[in-house]
Amino acid sequence: MNLSAKVSGNPQLRWALWAAIALLLLTLPFATEALFGRSWVRIIDIALLFVMLALGLNIVVGFAGLLDLGYIAFFAVGAYGYALLASPQFAVHWPFYVLLPLGAAAAAVFGILLGAPTLRLRGDYLAIVTLGFGEIIRVLLNNLNRPVNITNGPRGITLIDPIQLGGVSLAQTHEIAGITLPAVHNYYYVFLFCAVLTIAISLRLQHSRIGRAWMAIRDDELAASAMGIHTRNLKLLAFAMGATFGGVAGGLFASFQGFVSPASFHLIDSIMVLSMVVLGGMGNVAGVVLGAVLLTVLPEALRYIGPLQQRLLGEVLIDPADLRMLLFGLALVLMMLLRPEGLWPVRRRSAKAEAAHGR
Amino acid sequence: MEIFTQQLINGLVLGSIYALVALGYTMVYGILGLINFAHGDITMVGALVALTVVQALAAAGVPAPLVLVLAGGCAILVCSLLGLSIERVAYRPLRRAPRLAPLITAIGISILLQYTAALIWGKQYIALPKLLEPAAIDIAGAQLTTLQLAIFVLACGIMALLLWFIKASRMGRAMRATEQNPDVAGLMGVNVDTVIAFTFVVGSAIGAVAGLMVVLYYGIGHYFMGFMLGLKAFTAAVLGGIGNVGGAVLGGLLLGVIESMASGYIGDLTGGVLGSNYRDIFAFLVLVLVLVVKPSGLLGQSGGDRA
Amino acid sequence: MHKPALRHTLIASLVAALLAACGQEAPPPPKAEAPKAPEVITVKIGAASPLTGPQAHIGIDIRNGVQLAIDDANAANVEIGGKKVKFEIVAEDDEANPTKATTVAQKLVDAKVAAVVGHFNSGASIPASKIYADAGIPQISPASTNPDYTLKGYKTTFRVVAHDGQQGPVLARFAAKTLGAKTVAVIDDSTAYGQGLADNFEATAKSLGMKVVAREHTTDKDTDFKAILTKIKGRKPDLIMFGGIDPQAGPMVKQMKDLGIKAKYIGGDGMQTPNFIKLAGEAAAEGVMASIPGLPKDQMPGGKAFLEKFKAKFNQEVELFAPMGYDAVMVFIDAMKRAGSTDPAKFLPEVGKTNYQGVIGPIAFDDKGDLKVGPITIYVVKGGKWEPLEIVKPEGDAAPAATAAAGSAPAATAPAAPAAAEAAKK
Repeated sequence: MNLSAKVSGNPQLRWALWAAIALLLLTLPFATEALFGRSWVRIIDIALLFVMLALGLNIVVGFAGLLDLGYIAFFAVGAYGYALLASPQFAVHWPFYVLLPLGAAAAAVFGILLGAPTLRLRGDYLAIVTLGFGEIIRVLLNNLNRPVNITNGPRGITLIDPIQLGGVSLAQTHEIAGITLPAVHNYYYVFLFCAVLTIAISLRLQHSRIGRAWMAIRDDELAASAMGIHTRNLKLLAFAMGATFGGVAGGLFASFQGFVSPASFHLIDSIMVLSMVVLGGMGNVAGVVLGAVLLTVLPEALRYIGPLQQRLLGEVLIDPADLRMLLFGLALVLMMLLRPEGLWPVRRRSAKAEAAHGR
Repeated sequence: MEIFTQQLINGLVLGSIYALVALGYTMVYGILGLINFAHGDITMVGALVALTVVQALAAAGVPAPLVLVLAGGCAILVCSLLGLSIERVAYRPLRRAPRLAPLITAIGISILLQYTAALIWGKQYIALPKLLEPAAIDIAGAQLTTLQLAIFVLACGIMALLLWFIKASRMGRAMRATEQNPDVAGLMGVNVDTVIAFTFVVGSAIGAVAGLMVVLYYGIGHYFMGFMLGLKAFTAAVLGGIGNVGGAVLGGLLLGVIESMASGYIGDLTGGVLGSNYRDIFAFLVLVLVLVVKPSGLLGQSGGDRA
Repeated sequence: MHKPALRHTLIASLVAALLAACGQEAPPPPKAEAPKAPEVITVKIGAASPLTGPQAHIGIDIRNGVQLAIDDANAANVEIGGKKVKFEIVAEDDEANPTKATTVAQKLVDAKVAAVVGHFNSGASIPASKIYADAGIPQISPASTNPDYTLKGYKTTFRVVAHDGQQGPVLARFAAKTLGAKTVAVIDDSTAYGQGLADNFEATAKSLGMKVVAREHTTDKDTDFKAILTKIKGRKPDLIMFGGIDPQAGPMVKQMKDLGIKAKYIGGDGMQTPNFIKLAGEAAAEGVMASIPGLPKDQMPGGKAFLEKFKAKFNQEVELFAPMGYDAVMVFIDAMKRAGSTDPAKFLPEVGKTNYQGVIGPIAFDDKGDLKVGPITIYVVKGGKWEPLEIVKPEGDAAPAATAAAGSAPAATAPAAPAAAEAAKK
């Protein structure tokens, strides 16, 4: 608080801080590779994807207060949209600048399709219907290989085109001005760009009229509608916007992995994204980013617990995969009980300021 | 015809299991207006506890009826305690919190139960030792075992008992009062905390019975088995009108029959375009349809916007 | 970083030399006495499989197979290009998750492994293969059966297990020839493995003139199969074929008996486990058949010795794919020897030219990197145990169903097991 007040009061200091953050982010893959190896650059890439996903879900859950338990379905729609139109599956190879917006649009359409009939439902009904929706999408992806083969079923789609920037494939290693840029680095910068963009959009949304209307709906729907807010349309908008983020992230995921299969879009993945939002603090953009990064990096660190147990106890008592799930469950419960506002709560000041603005 | 009768039997028995689990959802929802996401996993714990008891006793040569009673008793005991403590720890502190909070805790509890079970029982599918040899009854060429019949009768019996209890007993009246308005009920001398705790205990105990039935019927137990079962049962409760005890059983039976008939006949009806691979979707389609067309469910009162 | 590594190799080579000196009495290698450390190079072999989660037991089995092969190779003092080589395992856990698989693949590449044995799930092997291909590191999957895995045109991708397109037709031919089935109902579990197996079975069965009276699906989490079984009962097939694994096959067979279905039941390697018999109950399981690529474990050339060594080292029985993991390492070492180099760029071409007698039988690859099909064994449950019933030697290879049908008329279904074992030894 104190520091941020100081920084925001001093334009030069603020400039320096931003420059430092930018420099840090730009050099991060090189530093990471040098310190921990290239696999950790890959982990950071995945973390950036989850930042996008979590921010998308944050619009739905955090801003508008609609519990969506099938969010990963939009990620799946984006990923399959990209995979189908940029792979040998249909022998079409559309470029990413067509496919990413298309995936986003497709996801948004799905969001509206899901939202239109269900948004008048109460919160917990909505949760269960969205959960069902997520499962329906996965089952469809798994089964749309017969009688006509569209999705290639459980085998998934392989040989998906990488992103081509001006004829240059991001999946290859390039050398620019003596700097070697392997695939994971190239994708890092693309993902970073997209993640920063999503953060910027989220922040703008949060303080816009729409964002404040969402929060009004979240806090008291009846009062919001009495204030003249068109709750139905705004809730639909939240669904569509959230889905868009998921769709873009999905397209990026497909191009990055080169392979998609229904196995990547289970309910547990929806819950993981939800955990990121809840852990960081619902509605707080910075908190959600923190939550996403923590929950992608932490499981990687937890991997070392298995060998550690082996060394200390002579056997693996708790499977690290189980431990991770237990921690997720515990995080959800404890956060709600002890710190419902998240690790990085929304600052009260902003709420007050908003109140002063709004009325 | 023989095949049709068999499919009907299949559906009714599957539906009875859904109904037993749905009762737990509907009771808690009636009182608290909360979807107890963890209920499916309480059923799972009941099933695995029963399995463990059967495994231990059957090997020791204890007679089958006694094994059944002991397995059921242990499952009910463990699940009741579990339901009681979950309510106390995870839901009671959040009774006045925003609606989202207890839902998220419920999801968390569900995950915790699953993976704690995985730690205790492992992740393998556990087989039930040979215990019963249910006799088969022949109905117009279709097979019905005594076990299947027992499951069906049990579901209907528990429903009748519950209906009577809620209508006639003192506790039942307190439950109805709490359902109407907890604050006023409190003013009228009802101990709301006790009523809610009691509801959780009864719901969990019925879940334990459902778990025992699942184990006996399918002969298999697994830490993840409660998830899909819970989801289907919740769908059944919504279908019948959530909060309504009779509706839960009706919804369960209907859903079971719909699933059974759909996987049996949809392939031929659609010329092979759809098939049994879409079985799990039917439940969700029914759910969405009911919620959109008649959110209060088949037997629910039209007071759907109670909160 | 460098110094400890050097010291490790020094110590290790000394130990290895001492061990060698103790173990082999007749020809004591004189140069082993002197600390000719600089001559020893360390070669890392990656092993990637699920070491945690529901499939951990299979993943650990694979890793143990790799470990055993590396220990054997080190004990044998392998020399490549005139230099002594010490092999080292780098085992990673891919959690059976496609995204984690790519991370793990990158970790192995970072660790500068010379070759990779992995992964278990096709869904993990496929995305990971891209990363190995980019790095030029050869990969042998001991267990992934999805045909797509080798269809990507990578020169680095191999497998030492029959793919679904190979096992399914063999099952179908067995059903038609030996069982004499005329009508069949096919069920799959909607997974890549189960569906691939069932689809390939169905195609060959049809081409052999069998009538597929029902094609049903379930999932890998389901336990209630009464609805689809009732439908199948109405169609009265001679045989029910299931593409899937034991947690479904067990209860399914049990429910079949409940419904009074008399049809025979056959499946693939995923259900040939002791747990299947437990889940189905001995009475219902009796007579159920399942196939496994390769010879029966105790009839594999060198199989008995392998099983004994495995048991002695890890104090547990082989689950499923440990022999494949073992052979994968041996194939790599064999290729390195022929190339005279441990550099992936140099020995990679030799991997494709492999002609090696492994624990699982003769190993050679076709131009895609698939294992040239060896024998497939059909097992049957007899008295509560899986017993080898017949060894099928597919002549038709992985030919499309139509040609496979033509080629299968004289398909040598060896009647007696020992004869086939003899043939395989050649």
